[in-house]
Amino acid sequence: MTKAITVSGLHKSFGRTHALDGLDLDVETGEVHGFLGPNGAGKSTTIRVLLGLLRADSGGAQVLGRDPWADAVEVHRRIAYVPGDVTLWRNLSGGEVIDLYGRLRGGLDKGRRAELIERFELDPTKKGRTYSKGNRQKVALVAAFASDVDLLILDEPTSGLDPLMEEVFQRCVEEERERGRTVLLSSHILSEVEELCDRVSIIRKGRTVESGSLADLRHLTRTNVTAELAGPPNGLSHLPGVHDLDVQGMRVRLQVDTDKLDAVLRSLSESGVRSLTSTPPTLEELFLRHYQDDVPEEVAAR
Amino acid sequence: MTATAFGVRPAGSRQLAGTATLLRFALRRDRLMIPVWVGVNALMILSMPNTLENLYASPADRANLVQDTAANASFRALIGPVFDDSIGALTAWRVGVYAGALAAVLSMLLVVRHTRDEEESGRQELVASGMVGRRASLTAALLTAVVANAVLALLVTAGLAGQGTAGALALGLGLAGVGMVFATLAAIVAQFTESARLARGLTAGLVGAAFVLRAAGDSASDDGSSVLTWVSPLGWLENLRPFAGERWWVLLLFAGAALVQGAVAYELAGRRDVGMSFLPARPGPATGRLGTAAALAWRLQRGSVLGWSIGFFLAGVVYGGLTDGVADLVGDNDNAREIFERMGGQAGLTDAFLASMVGMLGLIAALYVVASVLRLHGEETSGRAEPLLANAVGRLRWASGHLTIAFGGSALIMLLAGLGFAVGYGKEVGPILGACLVQLPAVWVVGGLAVLLYGVLPRAAMGAWGVAGAVLLIGWVGPALDAPQAVLDLSPFGHLPKLPGGGMEWGAVLVLLVLAVGLAAAGLVGLRRRDMTS
Repeated sequence: MTKAITVSGLHKSFGRTHALDGLDLDVETGEVHGFLGPNGAGKSTTIRVLLGLLRADSGGAQVLGRDPWADAVEVHRRIAYVPGDVTLWRNLSGGEVIDLYGRLRGGLDKGRRAELIERFELDPTKKGRTYSKGNRQKVALVAAFASDVDLLILDEPTSGLDPLMEEVFQRCVEEERERGRTVLLSSHILSEVEELCDRVSIIRKGRTVESGSLADLRHLTRTNVTAELAGPPNGLSHLPGVHDLDVQGMRVRLQVDTDKLDAVLRSLSESGVRSLTSTPPTLEELFLRHYQDDVPEEVAAR
Repeated sequence: MTATAFGVRPAGSRQLAGTATLLRFALRRDRLMIPVWVGVNALMILSMPNTLENLYASPADRANLVQDTAANASFRALIGPVFDDSIGALTAWRVGVYAGALAAVLSMLLVVRHTRDEEESGRQELVASGMVGRRASLTAALLTAVVANAVLALLVTAGLAGQGTAGALALGLGLAGVGMVFATLAAIVAQFTESARLARGLTAGLVGAAFVLRAAGDSASDDGSSVLTWVSPLGWLENLRPFAGERWWVLLLFAGAALVQGAVAYELAGRRDVGMSFLPARPGPATGRLGTAAALAWRLQRGSVLGWSIGFFLAGVVYGGLTDGVADLVGDNDNAREIFERMGGQAGLTDAFLASMVGMLGLIAALYVVASVLRLHGEETSGRAEPLLANAVGRLRWASGHLTIAFGGSALIMLLAGLGFAVGYGKEVGPILGACLVQLPAVWVVGGLAVLLYGVLPRAAMGAWGVAGAVLLIGWVGPALDAPQAVLDLSPFGHLPKLPGGGMEWGAVLVLLVLAVGLAAAGLVGLRRRDMTS
């Protein structure tokens, strides 16, 4: 597979603030890639480098095989971008903006435009200033999804959308994937990312701390295990990779590094298992692990 | 729209609930804007007696000045009639109209900023949801203007008291009066538009109209008695006659106008919903024809280009219509006639008048070009440029759309001013058109500086207004005060040939053109290389 986006060792400073500190990002062609990180981690800065709006201090970035700074216009012909906070021209109608953006990209699919306006329940005749926050987002989303492009860059695109519209948005992203387009989705809504994304990159303080498929990432973290045993547990605390062990009589709760799960299960079955629940870590847990400052920073294998 | 459908109005006292808090908040937001505007205005006024004393040391000098200027209709149109040769009276004459216009513009900006701007941005909703009465916002906005104008009146009264307490008080109160008349006028206009930009544009147009009316009236009459002068609040200011036998009753005109306009504004505000207006926006087309960044730029700027075009054409017609009268009026004064005959007789006189009028329009066109260039800055800081530039639109192409309108538009409005002169005056059509167009290299140098600031130092882009303001100040006030040549040379307009009448100087014009192109090009290079801000 070819890469839609490759970023390596990206640095960008604003005065004394290091917004990006050696960030890496790989997005395969045709995948939906989740881009996660706390506020101020550098997500939007990265995206604006990818759009050629900011110039990186050092490091490499390629979008659709080109340099986004030098070949901005050529790259943009094949890109649709939705910012997290869409501002519109006060005296232009939503329909005018959608068509303008379409023409300034690779073109607009008229049928799809009409269909999307219907699905998003957008009134395209209203003027920019009269749209609510959610409706302004819809204008940009319709323009992006109806455009004839190869790569969609969505920066927290669903802020202000109601749950029904959020659902429509998710269907649209899935359709984009089915049509073979690549999507970079920066988001804070973890259920959305979990639902949509093939792979995710988690960044923190301007660098990538995790990257891979959700299954890969889960593998790198801990599984929660709760068991009712027939006899007292034996030797669990000595097993490698076991954390937060809590034994109450025959009842055991623990967390285990997912790649050490096997040994734990064997030890449990020696005592005789009456019931067992094992839950994979949620994305939220993955996320929190990297967000909380007290967790020591570790760069996982990519 | 029908807010009064239920006929329910909150009890009187509660309508003003929260006004004091809002006023303090407004003053805090304007803690820089008000002191700078009022300070600059006061400085301009208070430095005048000293300057005049240096220039016209003896009473005889001042008497000559009065005689010359009283006879010169073009001077009267620009500055107003002189009523006495005391330093105080000359100060009031020299600065009155401009200080009044400045007070009017500040008051207008303040009121629109705290009323329509707040509603347009949606902040007003948040404020109105608090313990805030229906009339509190408008009241706080008007009180903010009252504070700014009161400070100006106080500074002027105290600063000029040495020239005569009564005159100083009259000038101070008159300036504040002009301010409040336009503050309440802006409050009315803000009820009609949904856009603060349009409210500002319309009110600025009214300030301009007041200036033109007074200028027309004063050129026709040398004692401010023309009806046209009495229609304009700026004319009331001169008719108050500070330091020249004050007519205190004129202050009643200011008070009356402000009270009536204020009452109208309150009445209108009470009849509409928050955020709505009496001229609501109509729905737009469901599909658009805009397909390029240049078309978008034109769409965004066409309204302002139209407004400036109408204004410049009308100004040309009005000043063109005055031109013949200038020579006639001067003809009555032996002393002045002698001077002007030495200058080239009647032809020389009308040429001098035309040259000064065209020059003034050129200076004002510099404001247009700055406003138009800075639309780029507005688009960028508002976040609208970012998604636009994420399309297949290069920065230079995006910028060139707006810059074509900025530079081409300034050519258009100067051309229209020239056509206006042709309509109003009817003679010398070619030379006057040439005089209008010869202003353009200087206008474009100011525009080029604006592009440079925006492209290279986006944070200082607003400094382009400072450049335009300085050029305006040098052009208007400099020559009349015999400012040193080094200062006059700072303005590109100082290097233009004096047309019609003078000889064409291609050298200076070409140098200015090259300079303008160089500045703009450097700005565009900077824009292409820098980060876009958000």
